[in-house]
Amino acid sequence: MPSPVDEREVSDAVAGAEGPLRIVGGGTRPVGRPVAGKVLSAKGLSGIELYEPGALTIVAKAGTPLAEIEAALASANQRLPFEPSDMRRLLGRSGEPTIGGVVAANASGPRRIQAGACRDSLIGVRFVDGRGTVLKNGGRVMKNVTGYDLVKLMAGSYGTLGVLTEVAFKVLPGVEAQACVMIHGLSDVAAVAAMSKAFGSPFEVSGAAHSPAGEAGQSVTKLRLEGFADSVAYRAGKLRELLAGIGEITIEDDPDRVKAMWRDLRDVAPFHRREGDVWRISVKPSDGPAIAARAGGEALYDWGGGLVWVLVPAGTDLRARLGAFAGHATLIRASEETRGRMSVFHPEPAPVAALSEGLRRQFDPKGILNPGVMG
Amino acid sequence: MQMPEPNSGVLSNKARIVARLRGVLAKDAVIDAPEETRAYECDALTAYRCPPLAAVLPASTEEVAAVLKICHEEGVPVVPRGAGTSLAGGALPTADSVILGVARMTEVLDTDYANRVIRVQTGRTNLSVTGAVEEEDFFYAPDPSSQLACAIAGNIAMNSGGAHCLKYGVTTNNLLGVTMVLMDGTVVELGGAHLDNAGYDLLGLVCGSEGQLGVVTEATLRILRKPEGARPVLIGYDSNEVAGQCVSDIIKAGVLPVAIEFMDRPCIRATEAFAHAGYPDCEALLIVEVEGSESEIDAQLGVITQIARKHDPVELRESRSAEESAKIWLGRKSAFGAMGQINDYMCLDGTIPVSELPYVLRRIGEMSKDYGLGVGNVFHAGDGNMHPLILFDANKSGDLEKCEAFGADILKLCVEVGGCLTGEHGVGIEKRDLMGTQFSDADMAAQMRVKDVFDPEWLLNPAKVFPLSASQAHRDAERDVAA
Repeated sequence: MPSPVDEREVSDAVAGAEGPLRIVGGGTRPVGRPVAGKVLSAKGLSGIELYEPGALTIVAKAGTPLAEIEAALASANQRLPFEPSDMRRLLGRSGEPTIGGVVAANASGPRRIQAGACRDSLIGVRFVDGRGTVLKNGGRVMKNVTGYDLVKLMAGSYGTLGVLTEVAFKVLPGVEAQACVMIHGLSDVAAVAAMSKAFGSPFEVSGAAHSPAGEAGQSVTKLRLEGFADSVAYRAGKLRELLAGIGEITIEDDPDRVKAMWRDLRDVAPFHRREGDVWRISVKPSDGPAIAARAGGEALYDWGGGLVWVLVPAGTDLRARLGAFAGHATLIRASEETRGRMSVFHPEPAPVAALSEGLRRQFDPKGILNPGVMG
Repeated sequence: MQMPEPNSGVLSNKARIVARLRGVLAKDAVIDAPEETRAYECDALTAYRCPPLAAVLPASTEEVAAVLKICHEEGVPVVPRGAGTSLAGGALPTADSVILGVARMTEVLDTDYANRVIRVQTGRTNLSVTGAVEEEDFFYAPDPSSQLACAIAGNIAMNSGGAHCLKYGVTTNNLLGVTMVLMDGTVVELGGAHLDNAGYDLLGLVCGSEGQLGVVTEATLRILRKPEGARPVLIGYDSNEVAGQCVSDIIKAGVLPVAIEFMDRPCIRATEAFAHAGYPDCEALLIVEVEGSESEIDAQLGVITQIARKHDPVELRESRSAEESAKIWLGRKSAFGAMGQINDYMCLDGTIPVSELPYVLRRIGEMSKDYGLGVGNVFHAGDGNMHPLILFDANKSGDLEKCEAFGADILKLCVEVGGCLTGEHGVGIEKRDLMGTQFSDADMAAQMRVKDVFDPEWLLNPAKVFPLSASQAHRDAERDVAA
């Protein structure tokens, strides 16, 4: 297995490849159609190359463990804004998530609704395209409109347009305190309305999730607040006033418990060690409850209702159940057989699919980079 | 500025092309009389002008598609135009091109407060998007300084920023979906009111592509609830280094201001003479603004002023009222106008790593002496986006060329210290020939391959972004491969 340790070796490995390559980071996000091919691991490209807390910027090689990045940022009380998920327990994987893998999957957690996705914080990339050419785009500054934005294109392209070798992010200050305002017993529709009301307030909600199964047989709707301690307490009080009368409201302000709560939401903990396939559906928040009803199975809402995680019996053809809708559904967890049989990524309309295919051919003319992983 | 030779075939077919365009648009939406096309001969980069073959003002996506289909069939280059406020020559026509203006497409199509999105036609101005939602206390965050005039279409083309992007991001971070017409007339929908994309992030690729991949006719934009309040503090220092250190320390302390603006002495003096905002006469001036409730603002300004005091400021003025806030912002907001009172000026837009600020300012000062041209610096310090304003006299022979050479040296310096040529204005024609200082030939080729996919004949907004020699070589090579 080629395990290059620098960009030049990645370039050589790609240029010299005689067949398909399966590009992996930590191997903790096996999403997409199974790919047959020689493994090309980015793990050997590791290390933080530049971190300037005063400029809110970090640059690292693509194989750097996510944990190493998060620890470095935490030491200066900073963090990745988009709260990348850890899919290991959901997908039954071991191994070490890498920052390149996070980018390849555009993995974004609950804070995505407020602070943007991985692609919004990503400000620069270096990668090797399917011709073996080393390329860069973006850079290490957060305002940059020089040339086309291939940085966004690379985020979420699952290694099909190039092998990432280096990534740069805009980061944000960490927070002093956090609290969670919880509303108990709401229907899905009422919960989404409550979350929308909270986002429509000036109180800077940084996460809004709803669990219909909830706790002790009652649904729970959670609104997260982060910032300086006094400000968090003030806003929690204001939100309680704003939402008074719709259901029982409690406030959790123990930092460890709040952190654990949102880590579980981020990693879809309620579906860990549960039988069945897991789908991830993105819709506008007010469409969330209807799409969850169409999907059947068990639902969990994040992003104020706009992200619906669904657990359905293994092999369910969810696309047939959902029909046409505004948004997209991705099959995140299923057997290899199911993933080989169904379109894992949401089918694109013909003119858009033609553009995507055109880009794939330009960046990977030999069709060797994770071929078929995105369908 | 070198521009390609106009296509003589297109020029000689003008009558037929115009007649075909008249066939799909309202009578007054096709402009071809020379005295009228002159209105479209340039954008806000007025040093370069060229009247187009014709200008069209379609009123809908369908009309845009009809226009593009005709131009595609006729092999006519098309230059999309928002409000014509580009400082980079992004909407400069060629003599054989049709200007496609979206100025008649200004409708709000849907306002959805529950999902915090608004759908607009892209001819709508930036500020009037906020205008459409402010009665419900919402706003559209990106705020380029031309926001009163500039159109959303141009904001998307250039991925416009503004003063408040440290907290709210730039256009690409606030754009959720578009309807776009490809050069052959195909209409595509990218994104929508939901988040992220089914496959590749084509929306992210289109935003900032300077109108070279398609014509965006409708956009779904994220709207946000206004904060309870906002207040700035003004801090003056006797050294750029110290001011730069103060910015870095504020950020490191965990405060995230919505804006950190920086002005240097030449700019402070010019604005003070012009606007009388009561600014101190010092080397460097910071305006730092924070948001929240009254008590939250007090707390954040408390942290900021404590840091600022450690660096021994010559002035520290915390706003206590709306009037005081307006006065603090007055000078900054009139900075460009004030510089314009002194002389003609060219506004640059490079971005640098914040840590390089003192070095870059010192170098710019040295270059200013070498070139014998004055320069004032005003910029968004939180994100390193500089706006050096080089003063010159347009009536003095050779001054414009000298100014451009000075500007190019500053931009090269920005790249050299780890930054980029343009932070929010775009490349256009202005910085086209400097692209090679930031990108290798291979980096540029990768971008040009994207153009090949969306617009294989390279008819959309030609002669921008890439050096002419590079794009010609690339297209020749592609043709050889195809043959």
